[in-house]
Amino acid sequence: MTKTSIRIGRRRFNTLLAAAAAAPFAAPYVAKAATAKVVVIGGGFGGATAAKYLRRFDSGLEVTLIEPNETFVTCPFSNTVIGGVNPIGRITHGYDGLRRHGVTVVQDLAAAIDAERKEVRLAGGSAVPYDRLIVSPGIDFKWGAIEGADESIVEKIPHAWKAGAQTTLLRRQLEAMPDGGVFVISPPDNPFRCPPGPGERISMVAHYFKTHKPKSKIIALDPKKSFSKQGLFKQGWEQLYPGMIDYRNLENDGRVVRVDADTMTLHTDFGEVAGDVVNFIPPQQAGRIAQESGLADNTRWCPVQPATFESALVPGIHVIGDATIAAPMPKSGFAASTQAKVAAAAIASVLNGQDPAAPKFVNTCYSLVAPDYGISVAGVYNVQDGKIVELEGAGGLSPGDADHSFRQREADYARGWYDSITQDIFG
Amino acid sequence: MQTQFAGPVVLALAAALLFSAGNAMADERRGAILANTCFSCHGTDGHSAGAMPSIDGKSADYIVETLMRFRDGSKPSTVMVRIAKGFTDEEIRMLAAYFSGGK
Repeated sequence: MTKTSIRIGRRRFNTLLAAAAAAPFAAPYVAKAATAKVVVIGGGFGGATAAKYLRRFDSGLEVTLIEPNETFVTCPFSNTVIGGVNPIGRITHGYDGLRRHGVTVVQDLAAAIDAERKEVRLAGGSAVPYDRLIVSPGIDFKWGAIEGADESIVEKIPHAWKAGAQTTLLRRQLEAMPDGGVFVISPPDNPFRCPPGPGERISMVAHYFKTHKPKSKIIALDPKKSFSKQGLFKQGWEQLYPGMIDYRNLENDGRVVRVDADTMTLHTDFGEVAGDVVNFIPPQQAGRIAQESGLADNTRWCPVQPATFESALVPGIHVIGDATIAAPMPKSGFAASTQAKVAAAAIASVLNGQDPAAPKFVNTCYSLVAPDYGISVAGVYNVQDGKIVELEGAGGLSPGDADHSFRQREADYARGWYDSITQDIFG
Repeated sequence: MQTQFAGPVVLALAAALLFSAGNAMADERRGAILANTCFSCHGTDGHSAGAMPSIDGKSADYIVETLMRFRDGSKPSTVMVRIAKGFTDEEIRMLAAYFSGGK
């Protein structure tokens, strides 16, 4: 009896010591003898956050980020560039911050994942081995899903739904457009990256027109019955840009069935709309490498285990961000970054022989209706019975009856959010 | 008797202490997981890079009271009333412990 107690006591003692040595999430902390290798594919909101926080959670991990571009241009706030409010440099971030945190940044394209051999093959020819892999591939477009909408049109009809050269192209087209011109925008069907993004883009273009080309018009052709923050956007548009925006949803012949780049015309079920500047945003799916690596299911998106964001299809590989099926969380940069931290913490725990802590997710999406007029939608999410559940009574939209100072503060907080999250990821 | 039981009693006490330390550690990890999501607006470790208020180094009492007042609507806010409603008392205490650094 006595001997048994002592034995249990000692075993417990040792277990707890081992856990104590390997546990807390405060950096810096004890390096392990055997170095575990974690590779992250994709340097956007999800991947860059994951790489940094893996090192933060466990400075003993060898973390490699694979990203073909030298800098990352954020989709959040890219609408302010399109509206002429900010220069592209304001939304461009390098990876030196990650390097300072001890992340090895490999500037190359991840060509393929070999899950059997646990390595990522690079377009440059070499291979990077991993113990755990995080894939943050973002979205790709379903080219050809709508007649005439193939990749060849993007220099004439930009999507500007991956920020960078497409953003500046759309900006230049709007600058070149004469006053009195027509801007036509077509948001995609669900699910897609950044649900309030089209509303904000319309707003920022309307702001530019109001201040520079007041005779111009905006026509939106939307295949959906409604869109994110619709009531708040429409209220703002009526107040700030009366008569400028003609928004046609599914019930008003808003569904585009054919794109004609030669005539700059979008054809709908029953009509057609030509524009001086046309912004057709194609339907979307998880990024290429997810499709080619068996991480996406027949919906073309990636199912995951919500507590760890480990793939439901390929063990040992975590998928985060827009590519995942994480509804009711939206496909947002904020959500991707939050998911990245949960995946990174889970990996650090598992590699240290611990059970991952129960996660909780928050998302807030700010949109600018004008530079001094912000609106938001928030959500708080728990994992219950293996599913992500949005907490009832929490989250939701900015109030409809808010005064101007409230909208002004939310615009300030939108910029504050951007400054903090980009510092948190790239700083 | 005393001598005979001294070993096991001491070990049991040590185990109990370590067990509660283990719980505290689990709480700390959970607090870190909860707090990480706040960084996206309030900055890394609660140190804001812009217009959002910083929360690092605030006292635990202040953080608990502020979050609870956001939650019940008695403290005006733009978005925090919506976010605080998604957190339990226990989660609020864990967040406060994290951001206060024990202050």
